Amino acid sequence: MEVKSIANGVVIDHVRAGFGMKVLEYLNVDTGSDTVALLMNVASRKHGRKDIIKLENVESVDLNVLGLVDHNATVIHIRDSKVVEKVKLSFPTKVKNVITCKNPRCVTSIEAVPHVFHLADDEGRYRCEYCDNIVKADEN
Amino acid sequence: MELKGRHLIEPSDLTVEEMEGLFDEAERIVANPESYAEVCKGKLLATLFYEPSTRTRFSFEAAMLRLGGKVIGFSEPNSSAVAKGESIADTIRTVECYADIAVMRHPKEGSVLVASRQSDMPVINAGDGGHHHPTQTLTDLLTIRLEKGGFDGITVGLCGDLKFGRTVHSLIQALTRYTGVRFIMISPQELSVPEYVREKIRKSGMEFEETHDLRQSLPKLDVLYMTRVQRERFFNEEDYIRLKDRYILDAGKLKDAKPDLMVLHPLPRVNEIAVDVDSDPRAHYFRQAKNGMYVRMALLMALLGVKGE
Repeated sequence: MEVKSIANGVVIDHVRAGFGMKVLEYLNVDTGSDTVALLMNVASRKHGRKDIIKLENVESVDLNVLGLVDHNATVIHIRDSKVVEKVKLSFPTKVKNVITCKNPRCVTSIEAVPHVFHLADDEGRYRCEYCDNIVKADEN
Repeated sequence: MELKGRHLIEPSDLTVEEMEGLFDEAERIVANPESYAEVCKGKLLATLFYEPSTRTRFSFEAAMLRLGGKVIGFSEPNSSAVAKGESIADTIRTVECYADIAVMRHPKEGSVLVASRQSDMPVINAGDGGHHHPTQTLTDLLTIRLEKGGFDGITVGLCGDLKFGRTVHSLIQALTRYTGVRFIMISPQELSVPEYVREKIRKSGMEFEETHDLRQSLPKLDVLYMTRVQRERFFNEEDYIRLKDRYILDAGKLKDAKPDLMVLHPLPRVNEIAVDVDSDPRAHYFRQAKNGMYVRMALLMALLGVKGE
């Protein structure tokens, strides 16, 4: 299968195999107007299998959200068919309205407040700001 | 110590020095209550209790009245605008128009934090679901300090419902800031401490063990903190019935304990401490309830910026 390179936009490489759809969903990309390519289970020397996302004419993506969903991914910015920047991701220290608190006893279940989570450790576990419930980012 | 205008949502909102300052003030009040009888004259406390309470509400109300202040509030949300569906944020904004300080209990975890963020008036957490109960912790610590002189190096057993027991979570959080405290957490698997509490102890570097066996743990303890399995925290009545009488401390079991053990309980108790323990000098839970009023007097004064005579 051949998917052509993009001249301008963002490529998200090294996405964990099978997570491409989830990443797209979290990034809230406008698939109605932008050209989007999602390649799943691409052979990779380093990872065995990986997903790749190509977003044509998109200038930036929310790195916080992306770091949360798949912190091992790499974001590559393309201008005039050249790589201008590669960004290695890490877990964001704080996220707002990305993870939802599932604790039925949490105040977020009754009050209109943002769902705020703070990074709890190096393994990508997050703590709800209100009830301290701990969740693993990629299991939410 | 400058606590004027601050909120108290969880024990870590206070430094160790600030807590010790409150205990010092509480001890001065115990020694000379008359000289504090009018220090809060003209001040108004609002008590917002969305969940039932006897000790905490009465002790806050008694504390304010004994300081010469006045009290307004509700102890039954159905008798307030809450019954009409008012949000926590709107309720606290309204109460702020009338009162100088508020104390709030609510079944949802994090609810008092949400209220405090909408309020310039100090807001005190009197229990938010199964999360925290910092003024019970001040009560517990004052009781231990009066008896043991301090907290460094003590072994504390916590027994019963450690999952939903907010007093347990707050007490552990506060004690991890002293030196060499050892925790023995005794509970059925289903009611063990939440991961964030375990994490807090790990980060402090203190020792802890988790066990199901109260009898074996008893001889090692300097303090035994018993808790009630709380029916109101269960979604399933069968689980409550299965777990409620798992641990019962009685005079027989206490024979294996140290002679200077302190048995504490935030109260109310149901069956977890047999009445034959009440006459044992190691039972401190009713004295603990009295200390709660004194330390709440010290807290109200500090948050209102009122000085003693």
